[in-house]
Formats: sequence, structure tokens, C-alpha cells
Amino acid sequence: MIGDQPSTLLDKIWNSHLVHADPGAPDLLYVDLHLLHEVTSAQAFEGLRVAGRTVRRPDLCMATVDHNIPTTDRSLPVLDSLARRQMEVLRENAQGHGIRLFDVDDERQGIVHVIGPELGLTRPGMVIVCGDSHTSTHGAFGALSFGIGTSEVEHVLATQCIPQRRPKAMEIRLEGDRPPGISAKDLILAVIGEIGVSGAVGHVVEYTGPVVGSLSMEERMTICNMSIEAGARAGMISPDPTTFEYLRDREFGPNSEEFVNLKMEWESLKTDDGATFDRSIMMDVSDLEPQVTWGTNPGMVTEISGSVPDPCRIKDEKARDSAERALEYMGLQPGTPMESINVDRVFVGSCTNGRLEDLREVARVLDGRRVHTDVHAMVVPGSTAVRRQAESEGLDRIFREAGFEWREAGCSMCIGMNPDTLSAGERCASTTNRNFEGRQGRGGRTHLVSPATAAATAVAGRLADPRSC
Amino acid sequence: MHTGVVAPLDRADIDTDQIIPKQFLKSVDRDGYGDFLFHDWRKEEGGSTNPEFVLNKEPYRGASILLAGRNFGCGSSREHAAWALRDFGFRAILAPSFADIFRENADQNGLAALSLEEDVVRELLARAYSEAPLSLTVDLEERTIADSDALLASFEIDDFRQMCLLEGLDRIGLTLRQAEAISSFEQQRWPNRSEVPPKSF
Repeated sequence: MIGDQPSTLLDKIWNSHLVHADPGAPDLLYVDLHLLHEVTSAQAFEGLRVAGRTVRRPDLCMATVDHNIPTTDRSLPVLDSLARRQMEVLRENAQGHGIRLFDVDDERQGIVHVIGPELGLTRPGMVIVCGDSHTSTHGAFGALSFGIGTSEVEHVLATQCIPQRRPKAMEIRLEGDRPPGISAKDLILAVIGEIGVSGAVGHVVEYTGPVVGSLSMEERMTICNMSIEAGARAGMISPDPTTFEYLRDREFGPNSEEFVNLKMEWESLKTDDGATFDRSIMMDVSDLEPQVTWGTNPGMVTEISGSVPDPCRIKDEKARDSAERALEYMGLQPGTPMESINVDRVFVGSCTNGRLEDLREVARVLDGRRVHTDVHAMVVPGSTAVRRQAESEGLDRIFREAGFEWREAGCSMCIGMNPDTLSAGERCASTTNRNFEGRQGRGGRTHLVSPATAAATAVAGRLADPRSC
Repeated sequence: MHTGVVAPLDRADIDTDQIIPKQFLKSVDRDGYGDFLFHDWRKEEGGSTNPEFVLNKEPYRGASILLAGRNFGCGSSREHAAWALRDFGFRAILAPSFADIFRENADQNGLAALSLEEDVVRELLARAYSEAPLSLTVDLEERTIADSDALLASFEIDDFRQMCLLEGLDRIGLTLRQAEAISSFEQQRWPNRSEVPPKSF
């Protein structure tokens, strides 16, 4: 409640971070945690320098290298001189401004949205920003967390605040029983398929309902991560005992004494009964099947047992044009069963699906099986800590024996800024978040899938249903 | 007020990976991205120019107004997308709708991302394709779009965005005027500076 008004989780976090409000102007919000990486920060620091400004709260910033670092042997020099320069500039900036950097040789290095939660930096009720659209991931903890551009990165560095218009609040309620073998990735792909890639523009989405409450933290992160693919400003899930348990004993998390008080605070971070959303949609997931994309945006998705759609049957003219273009780019014919589509590559990793549970799932499906001879498959853990833990559980051995490459942590082939890319015409089943044209390499054809579907596909050499493995 | 040639790009959901592919995000500068705008559409695989792409044709090479489909700029937060459009010479993007982060990035760079009714965009696209070069005048002050003969449409924009675009305000400077409010927020939040969370930061 805010006063005696029932309020949404969004309103509660917003109001508790409101530094200043002027009629007509955006609200000024305080930022609790500012995450930085090498690709979107250099120009921001340079802007500060030119204007003679400083970083207001270096203690509330955290930096790492993830976007363009190689995932091969870390003891070798980075051959791409531009990428190397970007990393050096981040190093200089972090050092010059007293910002903590988890560098390439640090055991805590990893994809920024994997290590924030892992280290206990991400907490319920925070406002978190980062120059990366998948910052929505941290909303899984009941934080308001969103991506910003480089000018805004500079703004937050200088002021620790961000001017924002209050977005609308949208509820996506997942009802029913999640069928066995259906992952969080399948849930969120189905949601995006339902509302479309601009379905949540201008809104912060709160995911609610019994299905959401039963998800692990890592599954919740997968869901919130892809909110941006529906156009949402952010995604969030109210914190509950699952959240609190996750937050215990993290390196930068609260100590046990602080924990008791914070937990009481966190328990109030929920949308009150009687509070209204600007928009609510409900989806029953009881009959959901594993999902796979067929086109060039994450909303172009179908069931693994389905077929490539026929654009002629799409009524909306713009959607039909887009589908036709997508099929041409993807090299697919309408009516082709999804399970008959052969792949050349399989990629497991990213801030969407590069966490320990994802890797365990891949290993579970793989166990004892071999990657198809025509497929080049790799696993890139989301963080160095995920890599170590996977190794201690013997998952790396399962991957290697199956024929997967086992790499160092980073964004890798999700964005393809480092040498991990697709060649023109190569088809890839990928656990990442974007199947845009050229996203994984010019001319590359991406099918977004869950970790289990990726593993089943690697074995079959074609898109495959992990439930029939 | 800006008058310029309109380049039509009749596609919905143009994502920032199309506007500027990732291999061009490795620079540490804010400019020099114009040549890479829509790179994979403008350039063939071998690097030669694709003569079919709108921005490679006359009279669009010098276009300063881009007319596009809904949800323009979806995808990543890369401000490089706005920098590339600006560096190419665009001053305004007209579309039925924009992705949130892209619009903010455009605002930050004086690039007017203006939402028009879907019907209006459809009509303008038809004209831009049939009677090239279509030249339009975008009047930010009056919030209107016109050709040389008549007023064609009006658009909505909130006063603050309009002021920022017209006056090129230093947004950080504006926030720094609230330095006292920021400090008092911090003091309230962490009465004792030594308690500042997160731990060890």
C-alpha cells in the first residue's frame, strides 16, 4: 500500500526512488546499481571527461567484460585490436574512477546479467540500469531494472539518477499447470508469440500467477530477460521465499543480520490486492509444447510439432510482408514440419540460458548421446562461476564426450562480436534471445529454443522435441 | 523546422541489429557510423553496393527524413543506432511507433523520432514510392508535417521532449540542478555513510 491506496510493485519501487518530480518533465529516479560493460560505456566516460564531470557514486557501479571477449584460451592475447582497445579503455576508466571491475582473469567475470544476481548485487526493490537491453533480467528479483543508451549511462555516472517517464503497468498472468518438459524459455517464447514483439511497448510487465510462483530464480531470470523482446521497458516478478533463499550467502549480498531486516522489507514488495494494472492478459500454459522460432524476430514462433507457417494465411498485410521476408532469409518453405529442419550449429549460452540449471538440463538430455556428425555444437557458460560449478558437477565431461565444445564465459555467439559467429547460410539452434537477421553472423539463420531442445537438436541433427529423446 | 527528402523503408519491426550490425560497435567514439547504417542491406556480401536498397538510389542518398514501419528500433539498447542515422544525415524518423530505448537514444542526439498515425504513414509511404523525391517539412514547434502545398498531418509530442529537441538541452546539466534533492535523498537513505550498501562496494 502507498498511503491507503493499493499499489502495484512498479509503483512501490518507483515512489521509493523518486528524487524529484516536476510537472511535465520526466521523474528523476535514484539508481541503486549501475552495471557497466566494455561496449556501451567508453563514450559515456569520454563525455564526462569533456564536460569536466566525475562519477558521483563509483561504489554503486560494477563493471565487467563480456560482450566481445573471446571464449577460447584466456591466456592468449585478444587478436581483434578494436575489441582489445575497448576492453583496455574500460580498464582505464574503471581504474581512473574507482569502479570495481571483474576483469577477464577474475573468477567473478561473466555476462553482466549472470554475475549481478550470482554475486548478490541484484536485490529486490532496487532500481538497476545498464547499457544493455537485457538488463530486464534482474527484474526476476522484484527489482525495476532496464536497459539504457550510452548518453543515459553518462547521465547515471554523473548524477546516480535517471530521468524517466513512468511506464504503464502490465500484468501477464500464467495460469494452469506447466506440463513436464516445458521450460521457462518455452513459456516466454509462447508469451511473445501471443502478444508480439511490440506487445508490451511502453509497459513494465509483472509476471504473476501460480506458474510463475513455482519457477526457480534462474527460470524467472529467463522469463524477465526476454521481456524486452516483447518491447517491454522491464519485466518483474514479486520476491517470495524462493527469492530470499537464493539471496542467502552471496558474496556481495546482505549478511545474516542484515538479511532479517531486509527480508521484512522485501516481503512488502508485491502488488496489493485491489491494485489495478493498465493492462492484464492471462495465458493458460497447460497445453504448451516446446517452442521454436521459424522467422527473424522472437515473435515468429511455433510449437516444435508444428510447421513453418504459410504467409498467405496471415491477414495483416504488414505481418504477411514480414513473414515472407523472414522465410526468404531463413531459407524455409511454408508447411515444412519444424522437426524436419536440419541444423549446422547448436549454441548453448547467453544471459537468457547460460546458467547452471540450463547446463544441467543440456547434460541431462545429452547423457550418453553423441552430437550428430553434421553439427558443430558449443556450450558457453554465462559466467566463470557457472563454468567452475559445472566442472565440479562433471557436466563439462558430459558435454565434451557428447562432442560439444566447452568454452570460457561471455556473450559469445548471442551477439557475435567476438570470433564466435555463424557463416552465411548456416542454421543454428540457439538458446539465446534474438533471431534477427545477421544477429549471430551475416546470413546466419537462428532458431531460438530452450536448452533441452538445443541438446535434443544437437543429437538429432535437426530441430527435435526433447521430450521424445 | 526541417525540410528534406523522404526515404521510404516500408518494413515493420526494424531492429537495431539491422540499423547497425554488431561488428561496428567496437569503436570508442560517438561518430563515424554513417557508412555502416543498414550495412547488411546496403552492402552485398563482398562489400559492393546493393543498387536495390533505397538509400543507395538517387534521390535518397541525400535523404534527411526516414519513413518506416511500426516498432522502429526494437532490440538492443545500442545508441550507435541513433548515431549512425544521425551521421548518415537523418534529422527525423517518422513511423507509427518506436521502441522505448531507441526513442530515448534518438532524443539524446537531436534526432526527432516522431509517431504518426498508421494511416498517415501508409499514405506518405505510397507517395514517397510513387512521386520521388517527396520532400516534407517537419515543424517541431507547430507539431506538423507538410509538403510544399499543404499541411498533411499533425503529431503528438510531450512538451518536455519537444523542448529538448528544439533547444538541444544538456540533460545532465538539468539533473545536476537537483543536486540538493539527490544529496538529501542519499542522506535519508543512508543516514550513516559507512552503511552504504551494497557491502564492500
